[in-house]
Amino acid sequence: MLLKDRDSDLAPGAAELAPDPSRRMFLKAGAAAGGGLLLTFSVPLMARAATSIPAGLDANLPSLNAFVRIAPDGTVTIISKNPEIGQGIKTMLPMLIADELDVDWSMVRIEQADLDPAKYGAQFAGGSFATPMNWDPLRRVGAAGRQMLIAAAAQTWSCAPADCAAAGGVVEHMKTGRKLNYGALAATACTLPAPDLKTVALKDPKDFRIIGKSMRGVDTPLVVAGQPLFGIDVTRPGMLYAVYQKCPVFGGKPVSANLDEVKASPGVRQAFLVEGGSDPAGLVGGVAIVADYWHQADKARKALKVVWDEGPTATQSSEGYAAQAAELAKQPGANVIRKDGDLEAALKGAAKVVEASYFYPFLAHATLEPMNCTAEVKGDRVEIWAPTQNPAQGRTLVAKALGVPEANVVIHMTRCGGGFGRRLSNDYMVEACWIARQAGAPVKLLWNRADDMQHDFYRPAGFHNFRGGLDADGRLVAFHDRFITFSDGGKPASSADLSGTEFPARVVDNLLYETSMIPLGVPTGPLRAPGSNALAYVFQSFIDELAHAAGKDPVAFRLELLGEPRQLAAPPGGPGPFGPMPQMHTGRMRDVLTLVADKSGWGKRSLPPRTGMGVAFYFSHLGYFAEVVQATVADTGAVKVDKVWIAGDVGSQVINPIGAETQAQGAALDGIGAALGQAITIDKGRVVQTNFNNFPLLRINRAPPVEVHFLTTAYPPTGMGEPALPPVIPALCNAIFAATGKRVRSLPIDPAQLKVA
Amino acid sequence: MAYTIKVNGKARTADVEADTPLLWVLRDVLDLKGTKFGCGMALCGACTVQINGQAVRSCVTPVSAVGANEVTTIEGIGATSVGQKVQAAWIDIDVPQCGYCQAGQIMSASALLARNPEPTDADIDAAMAGNACRCATYVRIRAAIKQAAGLATADSREV
Repeated sequence: MLLKDRDSDLAPGAAELAPDPSRRMFLKAGAAAGGGLLLTFSVPLMARAATSIPAGLDANLPSLNAFVRIAPDGTVTIISKNPEIGQGIKTMLPMLIADELDVDWSMVRIEQADLDPAKYGAQFAGGSFATPMNWDPLRRVGAAGRQMLIAAAAQTWSCAPADCAAAGGVVEHMKTGRKLNYGALAATACTLPAPDLKTVALKDPKDFRIIGKSMRGVDTPLVVAGQPLFGIDVTRPGMLYAVYQKCPVFGGKPVSANLDEVKASPGVRQAFLVEGGSDPAGLVGGVAIVADYWHQADKARKALKVVWDEGPTATQSSEGYAAQAAELAKQPGANVIRKDGDLEAALKGAAKVVEASYFYPFLAHATLEPMNCTAEVKGDRVEIWAPTQNPAQGRTLVAKALGVPEANVVIHMTRCGGGFGRRLSNDYMVEACWIARQAGAPVKLLWNRADDMQHDFYRPAGFHNFRGGLDADGRLVAFHDRFITFSDGGKPASSADLSGTEFPARVVDNLLYETSMIPLGVPTGPLRAPGSNALAYVFQSFIDELAHAAGKDPVAFRLELLGEPRQLAAPPGGPGPFGPMPQMHTGRMRDVLTLVADKSGWGKRSLPPRTGMGVAFYFSHLGYFAEVVQATVADTGAVKVDKVWIAGDVGSQVINPIGAETQAQGAALDGIGAALGQAITIDKGRVVQTNFNNFPLLRINRAPPVEVHFLTTAYPPTGMGEPALPPVIPALCNAIFAATGKRVRSLPIDPAQLKVA
Repeated sequence: MAYTIKVNGKARTADVEADTPLLWVLRDVLDLKGTKFGCGMALCGACTVQINGQAVRSCVTPVSAVGANEVTTIEGIGATSVGQKVQAAWIDIDVPQCGYCQAGQIMSASALLARNPEPTDADIDAAMAGNACRCATYVRIRAAIKQAAGLATADSREV
């Protein structure tokens, strides 16, 4: 058996994320500035997968840190160290500390940290990491604090700690009923030794008072009031505004521009060329226009004429990729990802063989807040305000581009108006710094929508050519995917690879996964549920084709395929230096599939003509999700999604139910929006789409109700930012098949293919 | 040239070119950052404000076209009883994820409820389809509008 692990951008294993209590865990207690108790906590991860954590993070730094201040007035301040991109992290992580600390949620204040990896360890938003990384250690921080405050009370009352109980920020001496609140105890507590985090007692989950309760977003009132929380809202004294025109062809460079004409435009202070380099994630060449107001810079840009050296990517196009993919599909794959049994023999012996080719397009992230950054450069010191998911990588990039020490680069993380993986790259940050230095003033760089859409790191397109063989009993005996994907520098482009563990690998005896790659000049990168958001569509759609070919109910066929409840085997070779990759447990998937079938009334409801239900499941980011979509297709081919049912298993505890539900709903609607209308196409090395008229976002009038159910299981809790997205797309396409008898083998869904002839 | 416009009940002056969109006057000149830039072409609704109570895309509204009309932004909508109810419902239902579009959503929702106090799901669709939410918080936007209107929050489109 040949196997290659998927070199995913953001999908490390559970073991990489789980802190190992047997290793160094530090809790420092001391006096806080301004009085009170300061708890500083750090724990290294058992193992760090440098390849799976966004570039730029120093693997030697402590990985998880927490800071908690208990003020004399009893207020508890928890530092939120990770970027908030709408995933609700700023609310959810402090809940873990606050519950074990036994304070009322109303006493908790949350402060956003600046970038300071030496102090806080890893600070990033990606991979739905935060829950599995923090579930155990942050509760230990809270529990340790509670233990210290009880010890302080016991010392004050000269009694045993066991005689005291804590609740709601108050310690009570049980026999006498004497009470002291945490604020009053903080000064004593900070003179006591910190307890051993390994042995600190955690609550029985039945005693949780905050975990498992719906807590609204801590910044919701500020958002609703229109407070300036986002990167685009930053203002500095003397600040100028910049736009930056890059070559529409990826990899192109400016040769010359009519700068004098541009400079004559009202309000324009400066216009200059930036040479830049060849790395799309770094400083890319272009023309900067700096003005008193952003609108002036943007307007001046309309007069800008640039002579570009377009470079080699100018010959690439979506049509060209499709032609190359069609040729490559005729030949054996250049790379064998996995080979089990004898595929060809099994296909020959099969009672039925199904073949189908699938395609999905490039996608943009299209965060609603366009890329922007405010920067101030004074000598060799740089101060940055940025919406970023990955500030440490930005700091490295800026330090290198400007030739300044990293220690001189200060990054303030603002709230992000969406992330979805786009802000893991900090190209806009280095541009802002470069422009600010040359302008000699604080500068806010703001991209317009076309910049944002045409200079992204796209979800890569892909071409899958499947064959499946069924035996006389309709069981899957052979499965083949010849995947034509894209390469960058000879390796799979970011988010364009395929794992040897992709389902149905390990449940089919005769299987071949192989790839051939087309060299790509277009930058690619992780988009919410990277890899999975595309692979779920093709694999779960083709499995649906096989179910129908087998004459079996799509849910029943999938349950049969999943088989006995078991953990699917990890790739051979044993755990690497970073621990084993997490593998699907078929029993957990069976259970969510059964639940969603039950909740949706699968197979039990009679539906009108051209209305159908489709199902799919997918395991990603440690989460198990099965989803059913009901859709109605008009005679014109127009698709209306009637409803979505979601069943998920993210472990033993849904930490913040209101947050988990909204992530599941948003993820499902995100996938539906992409499937209904989104594609980025390449022509002459440039992106054709420019704005939301040709890259449409889902609107409320096409957004169906989304019903969400969670199954709690005996596994550690895992994240919610991503795993509910992948199954919704195949569930929708399978519903369209049920409604019309037509397979959606290419995205976005084309109504012309679905209309009544 | 200098334009004096009425924003949230106060006269404000901006010395800008005539074609400057109201959005940029609000954000960059008057320092009212709640109104957001998303597309610049009236395609996403992030920049929605009210002019005389009507939802308007400020990114395509030149400052010179505002005249003596009353501009209300997210910073001022809470002074109206409808706006106050909408903001309270938005908080109670916990609508925002990233939150970037929500000012525009609230401005459109407030304009809807001011003219139609008991909107149907179809009314909500029609009034709100111009406001995109990239996080797709639509289930909660719908519920919050109904809650602000004192209606049952269940989706009547339920299948």
